[in-house]
Amino acid sequence: MSRQGNRGTEGKKMNSELFTLTYGALVTQLCKDYENDEEVNKQLDKMGYNMGVRLIEDFLARSSVGRCHDFRETADVIAKVAFKMYLGITPSVTNWSPAGDEFSLILESNPLVDFVELPDNHSGLIYSNLLCGVLRGALEMVQMAVDVKFAQDTLRGDNVTEIRMKFIKRIEESIPVGDE
Amino acid sequence: MDTRFTRGKSAILERSLTRPKTEVSLSTFALLFSEMVQYCQNRVYSVSELQAKLSELGQQVGVRILDVLVLREKNGKRETKVINVLLFIKVNVWKALFGKEADKLEQANDDDKTYYIIEKEPLINTYISVPKENSTLNCASFTAGIVEAILTYSGFPAKVTAHWHKGTTLMIKFDEAVIVRDKALDGR
Repeated sequence: MSRQGNRGTEGKKMNSELFTLTYGALVTQLCKDYENDEEVNKQLDKMGYNMGVRLIEDFLARSSVGRCHDFRETADVIAKVAFKMYLGITPSVTNWSPAGDEFSLILESNPLVDFVELPDNHSGLIYSNLLCGVLRGALEMVQMAVDVKFAQDTLRGDNVTEIRMKFIKRIEESIPVGDE
Repeated sequence: MDTRFTRGKSAILERSLTRPKTEVSLSTFALLFSEMVQYCQNRVYSVSELQAKLSELGQQVGVRILDVLVLREKNGKRETKVINVLLFIKVNVWKALFGKEADKLEQANDDDKTYYIIEKEPLINTYISVPKENSTLNCASFTAGIVEAILTYSGFPAKVTAHWHKGTTLMIKFDEAVIVRDKALDGR
């Protein structure tokens, strides 16, 4: 069937520089439009969320990944399959919490920040915050409520870029009223 | 002097401009671009304002890619002739940004200030369906902005607009002075 046909297709690729610069233009515009960095971060997260909600459909259709059985599997799929597919990079998964409900993605390179330098007057800006929104939105669509934030960022002088993900809860499918 | 230039901690200045080509998924770009269009749409009242906003965003990209490409592919030499700068856009810029040359470059028959870059299936519009009530909307305004910035910052002030004609056509209208100068250069 058509689903079978899709399997394994990588999808079309494009030069990452146009993507990087386009994202830069967007962040620049947001910095002009909003009063402070905090608001820009929020807006980036919101746009990322909208992207994530749509991206998950694309992802599930393209990859033959089934349901993940635990958060560890989810982490692996995100790092090894999804990041590879959409950004062409493979972050490493580390720093698991003992309970297995929290981990970090370490990004060696981040296509969003090529060419980017943060000016001093935007020290509160989390430049790549879009990614947090994308992860949150995509996981929400597979019934996982997750908290995502940047713990470290090379743009802000840290040695690595680290995204911290924390599992909050499984979202129960609610049955609409009057629907059995 | 801006402090960021003296801080010297930034690794970006140490990086080579000729880096191995990296790629991202077209879906990633399409989703981002869609969010951008929606964001702009929420802040404007008309199609022409929306196109102007997209063009502004494109200009941000154009002005940045110009130097990179000139250094990478032209040994740091800028173009001085109209036809050469247009070919630079059709070939080098298009290849770098969209992975292929632009389909066509034409000059208007009746006007020596006007040129067209024609693209049958522009990458930018790949996943965009234009609603009937806004049928003039062309998100390639973003690309038009890129081209406009490249021309303007190369010393060829121009207005670039996107139209639906033989696919998508970017109409380039140079300032009078650009053409006058070009003709003067021809005479030498």
